[in-house]
Amino acid sequence: MKIGIPKEIHAGEKRVATTPDAAAQIMKLGFSVCIESGAGLNADISDAAYQAVGVEVVPDAPTLWREADIVMKVRAPEQHPDLGIHEVDLLPDGGRLISFIWPAQQPELMDKLAAKSATVLAMDSVPRMSRAQKCDALSSMANIAGYRAIVEAAQHFGRFFTGQITAAGKIPPAKVLVIGAGVAGLAAIGTAKGMGAIVRSFDTRPEVKEQIESMDAEFLMLDFKEEGGGTGGYAKTMSPEFIAAEMALFAEQAKEVDIIVTTALIPGKPAPKLITADMVASMKAGSVIVDLAAEQGGNCELTEKDAVVVKHGVTIIGYSNLPSRLANQSSQLYSTNLRHLLTELCPTKDGVINVNMEDEVIRGTTVIKEGKITWPPPPPTLSAAPVKPEATPAAAVDHVSVAKHPFKELLPLLIAGLVLFSVGAVAPESFMSHFTVFVLACFVGYQVIWNVSPSLHTPLMSVTNAISGIIVIGALVQISKPDTLVSSLAGLAILIASINIAGGFLVTRRMLEMFRK
Amino acid sequence: MTHSLVAMSYIVATILFILSLSGLSNQETARKGNYYGMLGMAIAIFATTLSASVTTYTILIVALLIGGAIGARAALKVEMTQMPELVAIMHSLVGMAAVLVGYANFMDNTIVIEGVEETIHQLEIYLGVLIGAVTFSGSVIAFCKLSEKISGKPLLLPARHWFNLGLLVASIVLGWMFLHALETGGDPLIPLAMMTVIALIFGVHMVMAIGGADMPVVVSMLNSYSGWAAAATGFMLSNDLLIVTGALVGSSGAILSYIMCRAMNRHFLSVIAGGFGTASGGEAAAIEGEVQPIEAEETAQLLLAAKNIMIIPGYGMAVAQAQHTVYEITKLLRDKGKKVGFGIHPVAGRMPGHMNVLLAEAKVPYDIVYEMDEINHEWGDVDVSIVIGANDIVNPSAITDPNSPIAGMPVLECWKGDTTIVLKRSMASGYAGVGNPLFVMDNTRMLFGDANATMQAVLKALRG
Repeated sequence: MKIGIPKEIHAGEKRVATTPDAAAQIMKLGFSVCIESGAGLNADISDAAYQAVGVEVVPDAPTLWREADIVMKVRAPEQHPDLGIHEVDLLPDGGRLISFIWPAQQPELMDKLAAKSATVLAMDSVPRMSRAQKCDALSSMANIAGYRAIVEAAQHFGRFFTGQITAAGKIPPAKVLVIGAGVAGLAAIGTAKGMGAIVRSFDTRPEVKEQIESMDAEFLMLDFKEEGGGTGGYAKTMSPEFIAAEMALFAEQAKEVDIIVTTALIPGKPAPKLITADMVASMKAGSVIVDLAAEQGGNCELTEKDAVVVKHGVTIIGYSNLPSRLANQSSQLYSTNLRHLLTELCPTKDGVINVNMEDEVIRGTTVIKEGKITWPPPPPTLSAAPVKPEATPAAAVDHVSVAKHPFKELLPLLIAGLVLFSVGAVAPESFMSHFTVFVLACFVGYQVIWNVSPSLHTPLMSVTNAISGIIVIGALVQISKPDTLVSSLAGLAILIASINIAGGFLVTRRMLEMFRK
Repeated sequence: MTHSLVAMSYIVATILFILSLSGLSNQETARKGNYYGMLGMAIAIFATTLSASVTTYTILIVALLIGGAIGARAALKVEMTQMPELVAIMHSLVGMAAVLVGYANFMDNTIVIEGVEETIHQLEIYLGVLIGAVTFSGSVIAFCKLSEKISGKPLLLPARHWFNLGLLVASIVLGWMFLHALETGGDPLIPLAMMTVIALIFGVHMVMAIGGADMPVVVSMLNSYSGWAAAATGFMLSNDLLIVTGALVGSSGAILSYIMCRAMNRHFLSVIAGGFGTASGGEAAAIEGEVQPIEAEETAQLLLAAKNIMIIPGYGMAVAQAQHTVYEITKLLRDKGKKVGFGIHPVAGRMPGHMNVLLAEAKVPYDIVYEMDEINHEWGDVDVSIVIGANDIVNPSAITDPNSPIAGMPVLECWKGDTTIVLKRSMASGYAGVGNPLFVMDNTRMLFGDANATMQAVLKALRG
C-alpha cells in the first residue's frame, strides 16, 4: 500500500508526519511512501533528504491525497487555505487516514469523514496501556511540550536558573513550581532541574510522588485524604474541599516561586482554573507562568491562547503549539509513533494494513471503520499502574536459613568418624600409610583450588584432566607382565591415558595463550 | 633406576603437580602452572619407564606415541565453543583407563599377598573399576548431551531414585560375592563384570536425568570422579603418586561442583538426583505483559549515547559463535571512549569458566571481564546492558518470587541499569523452563534474531 504524507496546513504548524528515517523503516514493512513537496521544510527536512531514502515526492496536495492508500498527518483535516477546499474532500471514498482527530471536540469532522466511508485512526485515541506506549503520540508530544515550556520560560525570565556564587555577588537559584506531574510535567521538572533550578511539584494523584522525587524535585504534600487517580492513569475532578485546600497551597507558593508551569488537564473537560488573577498579582515582578493547558482554556485565569501577555508584571505564556516549536524533534518522535502503529497494523510485513478490531490497541485507536463511527471504544481494562508482586525476597531467604538441628549438623562428622575408626581398626599398616597420603593430598587440593579465579575454571579443568592422565603410571607398571592379556590391557590403557595427557596440557596451553590483558 | 630414585622422582612430580594447580589461581602464573604440570608428568612417566618394573618398551612407546598424537591433534583442532565436549570426553578416557588398569591388575597373578591385605586389594580393584566405569559412561553421556547428539532435556524415569538405590544395592551384593568368590569356588570375574555393567548403567542414568542448565555441575562432578578413579587405582597398585594426584584432581572437581551449585543456589544432591523445581512450595507467578522489540539501528544509537555499557554473555553467544562480533563492537565502543565491561555469571555456559574462555578466544582483555560479585552492586551506573543468549542468569524472579524454581539463585541484576537490551532467538523460556519477567520490564528492549547476525547488524550500524 502507498502511504502519503501531505504538508501540514494549520497556521503555525511546522511538524511533518514522517521523517526520512521513519520512512525508511516503514518501507521495510512493505509499504511505499510518497510526500507532498516541501512538507518537511518547516521541520528542516528537505525533499532531497526524503528522496535519498527512496520516498517519492509529489508536487501538490490533490495528487497526493488521490494517489495515497493511507494518508498520515499530524493535525486533523481542515479547510485548505490555498486550495479553498476541505481536506476531507480531498480524501477519496473509502480512504484511510491516520492523524490527530480529537473526536470528542469535533463531531462534525467525524460525520464528514464517516460520510466518505473512510477508515480513520486517531493518534489521540491510542489506549493508555503498556503495549501501546510506543504508539502513544500524546505522551511523546507532551514530553516535548514540557521541555519547551521551560525553554520558553527561560526566554522570558530575567535571571539565571542556577544559583551561583561569583565575584560580583551571590545569585539565588530560580524556584520553579510544576503543577501536574504527567508526562509534560515530568519533562518540565527534568529540564528545569537540568538547568539548576529548585523545582517543586504538585499533583492530585499521590502515586506520582515517587516519580517526582525520582527526578530530584520536591513533592508538595497536601494534608488531605482524597485520591485523584481516575481510570487509565489520568486525573479526575476533585471535591470542592480538596480544591480549596489546593488553591490555598498555590496561593502560598505563588508568592515564593519565580516560574509556574501548569499542566493540569482532565480528559474531555475544560482545564481547571488553578491560578487566579489574585495569585498572579501576588507573584514577584518578572515571574513567568507557562500554561500548557491553554488549548483547553488554560489553568490560569489570565492566560490568552497562543499569546504571550504581561499582567501585573508577570509574563504569561499561552502557546498551544509548543511541540510545533520544536518541529524537527517532534516530527521525529511522532513519525516513530506512527511507524510503531503501522507495525501493529501490519504484523505480516507485507505492506497491507489489517484493521483488526480484536486487537485492543487498534480497536482503541480506530475511531471510524469503513464509514462506521466506532468512537468511543469500550474502556481499556488494564491499569497503567503495574501490579506489585506481593512476595518479598526475604521470604525466599528464610527458607534457606532455617537453623538446622545441631544433631543434623553433627551427623556427617559422626559418620565420618565412625568410618575412619572402623578402617583404622581393621586395615593393615601398609594401607594406612597410603591412606595418610590420600587424606593429606585431599586437604592440599582443597586449599589450593579455592584460590583459583573463576575465569580460569575451564583451564583448571583441562589441566586436571591432563594430570589425571597420571593413571598411565598404573598401566606402565603392568605393561611388562608376562601375561599377554594383562600387558595388552595395559597397553590400551597407556594409549588412552596419553591422549589425555597430551590433549589436556596442549589445550590448556592454547587457552592460556588467549588470555591477555 | 633404583626403587628409591623412582620414589624420589615421584615426590618431585607430586610437588610439581601441586605447583601446577596453585599456579592456575591467577592469570599471570597460569602459564607457568601448566608447564609445571607437563614437567611433573614427564618426570613421572620417565622415572616409571626406567624403573625395574618395566622391561619391555615396544608396546609402551608405540602406545604413548599414538595416544599423544591423537591428544595433540584434538587439542589443536578443537573450537573453543566445544571445550565442554572435549573436557567431558577426556573425563571418559580417564574412567576407561581406570577400568582397564583395574582389570589388568585383577588378572595379574604374579602378585602374592594374603589375608586382610588381599581382601583390601580386592576391594580396591572393585572400587577402582566401579568409579572408573561410572565416570566413563557418565562422561560419554555428558559429551553426547553437550554436543547435542542427544537431547539436553532431563530424562526422568518414574521411580528413578528407587532404580538408583537398586543399582547401589546390587553393586554391594556383587562386591560381597566378588570378595568371597575364591572361598566358595566361583569365578570372581563374573561378579566383577556384572558390577561393571551395572556401574555403566548407573553412569548413563545419572547424567541422563540432569538438565542442560546443570551441565556445569555435571562436568565438574565428572572431573572429580576421574580423580577419585585415579586415586583408587593408586591404592590398588600401592602407588602414592597416583593417590596424591588422584586426590588433588578429585578435590579440585568437588570444589568446582560445590561452587557451581552455590552459584545456582541448588543442593548438590538435588542436582545429582536430577529434575528441576521438585522442592518449590506454591505456584510460580505467571509473567504478564508485552515485550518491546527494538531494531539493530536503534540498539546502535542507544550504545552510542551510553557511557557505561555492560555485556552479559550466555550459552546463546557460544551457540551463535558471536564472541568475535561482540568483541569488534566492544573495541569500537572503547575506541569511542566508552566504558565497556563483561559480566559473567558463574554458571553461564555449559562448563565452569566457559564464557571466559570464549571471550579470551575473541581477544577480549581479561581485565574488563568481571565476575558477578564484582559488578552486582554497580548496575545503577550502567547505562545500557546487553544480554546475549542468556536467560535464567538474568531472571529477576529468582529474587522476587519465592515460588520460582530458581528462587534464591544469585542473578546478574541488570534491570537496575537504565536500559537492558536482550538478544534472543525467540520468546522461548530458558533451560529451567521458567518465564522471565525481565523481558517485559519497561526498561527492557528485545532484539530478536540469531545472536551473531543481530550483533553483525549492530556493528554495521555503529560503523554507520
